[in-house]
Amino acid sequence: MNIDSWLQAAIADAERRGLPELKPLLEALARATKTLRAADFNDSAAPSHQPPATRPPLADDGSELRPGSPKRQRREGGSHRS
Amino acid sequence: MMTIEEFGRRLRARQTTSEQITNDCLQRIDADNPRLNAFILVMADEARAQARELDRELAGGKDRGPLHGVPISIKDLYDIRGTATTAASRVREGHVADGDATAIARLRQAGAVFVGKTNLHEFAFGTTNEDSAFGPARNPHDPARSPGGSSGGSAASLAAGMALATMGTCTGGSIRIPAAACGTVGLKPTFGEIPTDGIVPLSRTFDHAGPLTQTVTDAALVYDALLGEPGKTPPAPMPVRGLRLGVLRSYFCDLLDDEVRAHFEGALDRLRTAGVTIDEVEIRHATDIAPIYLHIQLADASAYHAATIETMPEKYTPAVRQRLELGRYVLAEDYVRARAGGEVLRREVDAALGTHDALVLPTLPIPAPLIGAETVQIAGKAEPVRTVMLRLTQLFNITGHPAMALPSGKTRAGLPCSLQLVGNRMATDALLRVALACEPHISQVR
Repeated sequence: MNIDSWLQAAIADAERRGLPELKPLLEALARATKTLRAADFNDSAAPSHQPPATRPPLADDGSELRPGSPKRQRREGGSHRS
Repeated sequence: MMTIEEFGRRLRARQTTSEQITNDCLQRIDADNPRLNAFILVMADEARAQARELDRELAGGKDRGPLHGVPISIKDLYDIRGTATTAASRVREGHVADGDATAIARLRQAGAVFVGKTNLHEFAFGTTNEDSAFGPARNPHDPARSPGGSSGGSAASLAAGMALATMGTCTGGSIRIPAAACGTVGLKPTFGEIPTDGIVPLSRTFDHAGPLTQTVTDAALVYDALLGEPGKTPPAPMPVRGLRLGVLRSYFCDLLDDEVRAHFEGALDRLRTAGVTIDEVEIRHATDIAPIYLHIQLADASAYHAATIETMPEKYTPAVRQRLELGRYVLAEDYVRARAGGEVLRREVDAALGTHDALVLPTLPIPAPLIGAETVQIAGKAEPVRTVMLRLTQLFNITGHPAMALPSGKTRAGLPCSLQLVGNRMATDALLRVALACEPHISQVR
């Protein structure tokens, strides 16, 4: 369900249930949902989709580059700036 | 006001008794609770009886450790056997707990004296303590202002000297936010470290139990008791020179009250002067924090309240009822996206910690807001109070990292400001050691 049709249905349902005061809250939730769905960590079946950033990056040898590991720091050129 | 540490010294030197300090706290409650509305239930008779028994035990040679005879207030979300757990809601009318929550049982075993149960935002579902069936708790620094929430009555009771420590719960910041608003220390341990059974849940995905205290040492003493290890040697401070902190600025310092910002920068300067290295670090998906939090927390809360929101909706305060109804519209697919996003954030906080001893950021972007305010002005723009209050704390409920609030000064109007330290998961002890080292350089005013 896309967000616009979800919002329309949710507002109509809230009004039917005698809760019209939910409308601004639902609109705020819809904005948050839009942000959530646009995030680059979301998984997708689309053939053009890149794997989400939920897993640590891999080193050349295929091992996980754990946070703070020397390999990862070398690859990222240092994870922080002074 | 006496700390737990100081009370323990005086108790064992026979300069005071548990009964005496308990009576002092009860007198403060009598004097100030009508003004602050911090307590839902005052357990005066039970507390005096507990204190006398603990004094007898000590005289007989039984010492339960650092919390022996210490008066503590408890957020009315925890079960204490034989009392109602109201959750500050009429929905809970008629409830009587038939046992102690595990956290309460451990505190009881450690010798704590329970002076009463404190006010909160109804079902812990809010950050200001305004929506309570018992009326709002008020901030001891300015009773026209919120003590923060949801553990607002707890923080107010501690700041007003009605207890030497207090127990809060934290789903998005409900320990650190009121600690910041009332100028106390607040500790949210690592997720899952302290059992939450016997505590009315808000979101089982994010709920934590933890103490608010006057000092970091006191937080460590209560934390040890909550782990069931009350006799453990308290942690020693890490050497402050050589500490490495990662400061979160991008997003986290974008929306700050001017005085909060000045106190935060002042604390960082003092830490640098003391020999702490401070690097800037980032959370790449910081702008996704609030949407991720919202979709999980709303859905979790609505699932727990699904039956009562149908059968007794009129018993909820209007604002809490609306939020619970809102959660019923969260789609499963978005809940799944939010859970995946939470994992991304966890990895990013781990990475930001990297080689640092802790992360540092402000706790609350604003001083305690006026009761009833829906928006607050920051940099000339009106921002919603609820969103602003949660902005800097909710990340670490999503990721489960331990986090602490420490007082960092007061505004010209006398309202507390606070700095937050965040440690590695399952390393709350190490975070306490960092906080002990930093505390003298951060906490200039209490």
